[in-house]
Amino acid sequence: MIWQSAIDFFSFKDPNVVYVVAGIIFINSSAALVGTFAYLRKRSLLADAVSHALLPGICLGFLFAGEKNMPALITGAFITGWISIFLIDLIVRKSRIKQDAAIGIVISFFFAVGIVLLTYIQKNGNGNHAGLDHFLFGQAAAISKNDVILFALVFFIILFAVVLLFKNLVILSFNPDFAQSVGIPVRFIEFFLTSLTVLAIAIGIQALGVVLISALIITPAATARMWTHHLKKMIFIAIVISIFSGIAGSFVSYTRAQMPTGPWVVVILSLITFVSVVMAPKGLLRKFFIRKKNENKINDENILKTIFELKGFSEPEKNPIFSTLELTEKRMFDTKKLDAGLKRLIRRNFIQHKEDHFQLTTAGKKEAARIIKLHRLWEQYLLKRTRIDADHVHSGAEAIEHIITPEIEKELERELGIEGIPEEDY
Amino acid sequence: MKQDIHSIEVHNLTVSYDGKPVLWDIDFNLDSGKIIGIIGPNGSGKTTSLKAIMGLLKPSSGFVKIFGKSLNEVRERVAYVPQRESVDWDFPASVLDVVLMGRSKSQNLFRRANKTDMDIALQSIEKVGLTEFKNRQISQLSGGQQQRVFIARALAQQADLYLMDEPFVGVDAATESAILELLREMKSNGKTVLIIHHDLQTVSDYFDYLVLLNTRLIAKGTPPEVLTRENLSNAYGGQLTLLSKIVDLIKQNEFPVREKGFDL
Repeated sequence: MIWQSAIDFFSFKDPNVVYVVAGIIFINSSAALVGTFAYLRKRSLLADAVSHALLPGICLGFLFAGEKNMPALITGAFITGWISIFLIDLIVRKSRIKQDAAIGIVISFFFAVGIVLLTYIQKNGNGNHAGLDHFLFGQAAAISKNDVILFALVFFIILFAVVLLFKNLVILSFNPDFAQSVGIPVRFIEFFLTSLTVLAIAIGIQALGVVLISALIITPAATARMWTHHLKKMIFIAIVISIFSGIAGSFVSYTRAQMPTGPWVVVILSLITFVSVVMAPKGLLRKFFIRKKNENKINDENILKTIFELKGFSEPEKNPIFSTLELTEKRMFDTKKLDAGLKRLIRRNFIQHKEDHFQLTTAGKKEAARIIKLHRLWEQYLLKRTRIDADHVHSGAEAIEHIITPEIEKELERELGIEGIPEEDY
Repeated sequence: MKQDIHSIEVHNLTVSYDGKPVLWDIDFNLDSGKIIGIIGPNGSGKTTSLKAIMGLLKPSSGFVKIFGKSLNEVRERVAYVPQRESVDWDFPASVLDVVLMGRSKSQNLFRRANKTDMDIALQSIEKVGLTEFKNRQISQLSGGQQQRVFIARALAQQADLYLMDEPFVGVDAATESAILELLREMKSNGKTVLIIHHDLQTVSDYFDYLVLLNTRLIAKGTPPEVLTRENLSNAYGGQLTLLSKIVDLIKQNEFPVREKGFDL
């Protein structure tokens, strides 16, 4: 059943599917393109206000044209979208209300007016108002051939503008004061960029709905930023993510007739974001592995250190023999972690397992001596360079001994004039 | 370069935020080829004065001339270095990307960076000692390195007048002396550098001329002329409580700073 719909959808036999996919590509690319700059300029939330403010404009466009005429609807949407931005700006400048509150006020006001107008049209409408309620949550299946042409036109305008003004948009987004200081017409470009953003949102409302379209502006850019430090790559990734979730969401809504498109697109888009939070280069997964790695390193080095503390290395020829019981008596090891640590140390050839006991290898002995040395070097350094009470020095060196690199070790030796392992342990 | 023309002429400049004068009737002329410091306590209008000179803030009265002309006529000869904290360094750009921004002018809005721009940017990066970091992401730089990126961007502008807002804040001692070295080299090439500074310890060593502000102009002149006990206590010692009372009154009553007809 689902496979059959997938084949139906992706074979593009149904011309309506072609229009939907083409429409989504143009809508989502436009939104991701302007959205990247909205994100970098920290204006993402404005997109939310604009999208809600489009609803009254659409209704007014409908009332004006007397039918569902796409250019009229988009023109109406564009105008009220701009008014909302202007209003937010006005409220921030002329009253004590700050931007977050101003956005909230304007969003709800325009949405309320939009719903009032929508209800009025549906109750009193004499013309054909079918499908106007799609503008709330979106219905990608309603995209027609003429719509696609209009969306393509808007997309190419946006693409052309971004390519032409790219350098200026980057400087403006990074450092607006500097942009103005070198004579870039900041006001004009900001006005132009905002207009493009309103336009990108306006063409998307039929397919995705006013309630959720702002996700197309905000989420792809924010997600792409997690994957790269390069602006051009970021734009590319944002577009790919946006188109993928757009088409996937349209497909789901296509297979389940009457299901709105917007929510599905946003659910899929957000899933990609969640996956990115975990998997991206500086994501949670990497943090988890690094923490695990550090924990293991500290644990393993503590085992070696404890063996040294137990046995001392006074007889250079002999490699000390020990049991796990001796280790746990000397230091509070978690037995599970101790076993895992011993296994890792055996794999690294620092320890050998003999029937009922363990023996340190020569390499293991060297490693243990190194850790003890780092511990004591750091103690000496703290005593020399900082004011620290002698009974605090030992605990201060416990964690640091595991992180000192060979380069820092050499510098410590040079600075303290010490060779070999310092005798005293504090 | 014409020595008789002042690099900056600030005439009766008043800038208000929200009806409150932050800079009030400021008046000074600065020579070319000098390193000049703007000093004053926190909130004394130092940054505002730089932004007003750079045309980023609209004065409520007065005017600024640069090399005897309006800013728009000589914009290419002026380079502006904003405060390092004024931008988000987590922006997706490399050191080279940011320094290349210095090659943007109002005449080449639609042109991409060419070979010459690239060479100049790389030279500027070398001058501030960041060559090995030129492809590094700016978010991964230390505070001192970020400050040097901003200075390299200004160098890439190849200007005659440099306006720098607190270039020594948050930089290590090595960077501070490297920057100072660079400023002196610029001065010996006839450039003028105007710097906002707040470390009174170093002003005598760093600057040829000083402007001491606290909303109003407190003093101007060579460091020995400006750094007198009286001037410093006027600017820093809480001697200006009357002035700040007046400023608060102006704001509370939404009063004009000047009477109509007395604008200049």
